[in-house]
Amino acid sequence: MAKQLYWEDVEIDSKVTTLPKVATSQMLVKWAGASGDFNPLHYDNSFAESQGVGKPIVHGALKRQWLIQLMTDWIGEEGTLKKFSCQYRSMDYPRTMKTMTEPQEGGTWYCKGKVTKKYVEGDEHCVDCIIRVENEKGEATTPGRATVILPTRG
Amino acid sequence: MLPEEITQFIGKEAGTSIFEVERETIRRFADAVDDSNPLYWDEEYAKKSRYGSIIAPPGFISSPWFSGRPTKWGKKSTSSSEARGDLILALAKAGFWRALDGGIEYEFSCPVRAGDTITASSRIKDIIGREGRTGKMVFLIRETTYTNQNGEAVAKARQTSIHR
Repeated sequence: MAKQLYWEDVEIDSKVTTLPKVATSQMLVKWAGASGDFNPLHYDNSFAESQGVGKPIVHGALKRQWLIQLMTDWIGEEGTLKKFSCQYRSMDYPRTMKTMTEPQEGGTWYCKGKVTKKYVEGDEHCVDCIIRVENEKGEATTPGRATVILPTRG
Repeated sequence: MLPEEITQFIGKEAGTSIFEVERETIRRFADAVDDSNPLYWDEEYAKKSRYGSIIAPPGFISSPWFSGRPTKWGKKSTSSSEARGDLILALAKAGFWRALDGGIEYEFSCPVRAGDTITASSRIKDIIGREGRTGKMVFLIRETTYTNQNGEAVAKARQTSIHR
């Protein structure tokens, strides 16, 4: 784990440490099995076409979980994720597989965030962030917000 | 603007499910996300942390495995979860047969540990009709509260699905 982040360490506009992710067809199968989301939209070509999305798309909930990891990695073990939200605005299409373990060349997604507010609420030292999953073109396909509680050095 | 056949579901219970949080299920979930946080994987490490045991990643509990899925043996297919099925049917009948996940909002109040038993209760919070770029859409908002075996509130989730 990365070293612990403290409330004193962050300011407005501080960046959340970027988390890169690569969605592959294999990852979508794993996510379906692990989450129980068996909507054929995420693995069946003809069904995806009939639903108007062209090809199988990345599960919104998987992108949500990437963003949750973005926050939990950044705040460290002593930090707490208090509030979280995200919207699935645009489709993302996974890379197909080249070998049993390696994906084809293609796009990488970047989970990013920055601090918008720093405050104390009761005995909690809080930080608000805007966050997003960005595709290779730099478009935010999954924007969101998070509120975290951080430990203090005091 | 939405027909009564659809709006009648606003405020209705949409199913309660009870599930156990297992270590291996947590690991499989973390593996699918490619999240190597030792709090999800390493019992010894997690024991020494402030949590005292392996925890589930925030968001784990809203997996379809746990909330609202009727089981093969029918225990979870209560009349209230049927309300959700009936609503999906009513939407399809009215021409909204394509569905997409729109997003989610969480408030987390206490960690979920391996071994916890969670009760998830859902309610249809709202159903909103909108005119979009590609025609009429319906936003269905479902609110779920999660409680652990000690009666502590664990989390609240508000999920939006978009029906076209």
